[in-house]
Amino acid sequence: MMDFVNFHLIPGVVLGSIYALGAIGVTLTFGILRFANFAHGETMTLGAYLTLTLVLLTGWHALLFLPVALALTALLVLAMDRMFFRPLRHAPSIILVIASFGLMLMVRSLVQVIWGTELQGFSKGITLPWVLFDSLRVFPKHVVILTAAIALMVAVHVLLRHTRTGKAMRAMSDSPELARLTGIDTERVVRATWIVGAGLAAAAGIFLAYDSHVETLMGFKMLLPVFASALLGGLGRPYGAMAGGLVIGVVEELSTYAWIGSEPLLPPGYKAGVAFAIMVAILIWRPSGLFRGRVF
Amino acid sequence: MAAERPVLVLDRVTGGYGGAEIIHEISIILGRGEIVTLIGPNGAGKSSVMNAVLGTLVIGGGRILLHGEDITGTPPERVVRRGVSYVPQTANVFPNLTVNENLEMGAYVRTDDFRPRMDEMYELFAPLAGRRRSPAGTLSGGQRQMVAIAKALMVEPDILLLDEPTAGLSPRFREEIFAVVEDVNARGTPILMVEQNARQALGIADRGYVLVDGRNRTDGTGAGLLADPEVGAMFLGGGTAEPAPAPSPGAPIGTPAGTARGEARAGRRDPDARPPSAPGARRR
Ligand SMILES: Nc1ncnc2c1ncn2[C@@H]1O[C@H](COP(=O)(O)OP(=O)(O)OP(=O)(O)O)[C@@H](O)[C@H]1O
Ligand SMILES: [Mg+2]
Repeated sequence: MMDFVNFHLIPGVVLGSIYALGAIGVTLTFGILRFANFAHGETMTLGAYLTLTLVLLTGWHALLFLPVALALTALLVLAMDRMFFRPLRHAPSIILVIASFGLMLMVRSLVQVIWGTELQGFSKGITLPWVLFDSLRVFPKHVVILTAAIALMVAVHVLLRHTRTGKAMRAMSDSPELARLTGIDTERVVRATWIVGAGLAAAAGIFLAYDSHVETLMGFKMLLPVFASALLGGLGRPYGAMAGGLVIGVVEELSTYAWIGSEPLLPPGYKAGVAFAIMVAILIWRPSGLFRGRVF
Repeated sequence: MAAERPVLVLDRVTGGYGGAEIIHEISIILGRGEIVTLIGPNGAGKSSVMNAVLGTLVIGGGRILLHGEDITGTPPERVVRRGVSYVPQTANVFPNLTVNENLEMGAYVRTDDFRPRMDEMYELFAPLAGRRRSPAGTLSGGQRQMVAIAKALMVEPDILLLDEPTAGLSPRFREEIFAVVEDVNARGTPILMVEQNARQALGIADRGYVLVDGRNRTDGTGAGLLADPEVGAMFLGGGTAEPAPAPSPGAPIGTPAGTARGEARAGRRDPDARPPSAPGARRR
């Protein structure tokens, strides 16, 4: 029983919170800019590598650089929007999807050229878990990740519900046409969307790297579960993305629990297939997702 | 009046949505303090005239003057900042935003404290006061229309453009909307309004224009147009479009307007009537 909690449920919730952070960006971009951004995974990778560089330069703890890394990643993404997406602002969304795919390949190659392809880590050495109530084992890093992820999600909530820019983001997600006719500065809203999405993606990348390691394919591997989370929650629905991320993360981890007998239900190597299966199921049976998102 | 400069002038404006031209040399004048009504059959280009002013129509010729200044081709956000508020025909509220948030968005271009204005709006539209926190998409059609108008009034506009504000509303809400239009106008705001409820609209209008096939057909004072037999016939028949039953003699223009509207709506759904332009497909 405690194995279930220690090795499946807690890691699942932690992974889910990381997916949720990534999925919010995907869903916001989809709602406001109206396309599925394939380069979103590379944004996560960039966040992790920028942090790695700062750690290697200073020797300080990775999470101290969270604010700086988020800001740097957001700046890079704003520059990418300027170069690649803004000229296509009024193009059909399939053009934007293809452009984002191209950008994904470019960024990944660039990351590999700059940082190399071997695995790296924020810190050497192993931390031991705290043991609570004799059998509950909790890793400090998991507590940190979960706390930070929740704090970021609360910040997103406050932004969307209580600030002028956040409300304008929701308005534009409802109707870009009416937003324009209302006098909303839509380019400003687009910039805000990139900043929020990129910042959260960078955080997801950093947390994932902090939990395991840094590698050039990490963002690409995250893309599938993160898209599945956004879809599960309903495209364009930030709260749905949070819920979807959590569900996908937990289900992925639970799928390797020994539900029947002593063998894992699903060999750990097939974990990635879980998100894929969920995504296919949603697309077939409920394309609007849990929170009635947009259907394309 | 004669010496005063009109607040809004369309001077032989031609334009479309990138393809064929939809409106041809349309001329319209909105004077200070006036209510001006545009009427015409479905597809006549009434909404396109509004879009021309807001800057979402591609203008091929002519000029649009706001307070005497040329604003032809100015993008919508700048037109709004110059004091023009627009309530589109469809999709005119943000459905997932609460009523309060819709009004806040209406005030987006304001940098001062707009809360007093918001309180005024809840007085003007009393039914909304109890629904401040409801998503606009959950309201009835009439209340949604109130939100749309209140949202447009948040900036205390110099000019208000209304595109069929009473379409599809019950008579009670229709009365209420017309009363608000008169009230807002009485406080000095000139209003350019597209309406299908012709009798009522012309009844409160200083002047009206009849558009057919993207062109000016007739214009005159509200009362003058109401008395014009050709206007009545056109309204029920859709003018040059498919033939329609002639109005029974003596039937008032306005009373069947609701009916005419109903027929018009039904006509829209008829795939043969206007094939490529289901309303939903036009503006999303
Ligand atoms: N966004 C658009 N893109 C392309 N064509 C459009 C668009 N909006 C309207 N049209 C076309 O322009 C013509 C005039 O439409 P418009 O909406 O201006 O007419 P209207 O007089 O407002 O009609 P209604 O009474 O149905 O509202 C129609 O043939 C319509 O199909
Ligand atoms: Mg119209």
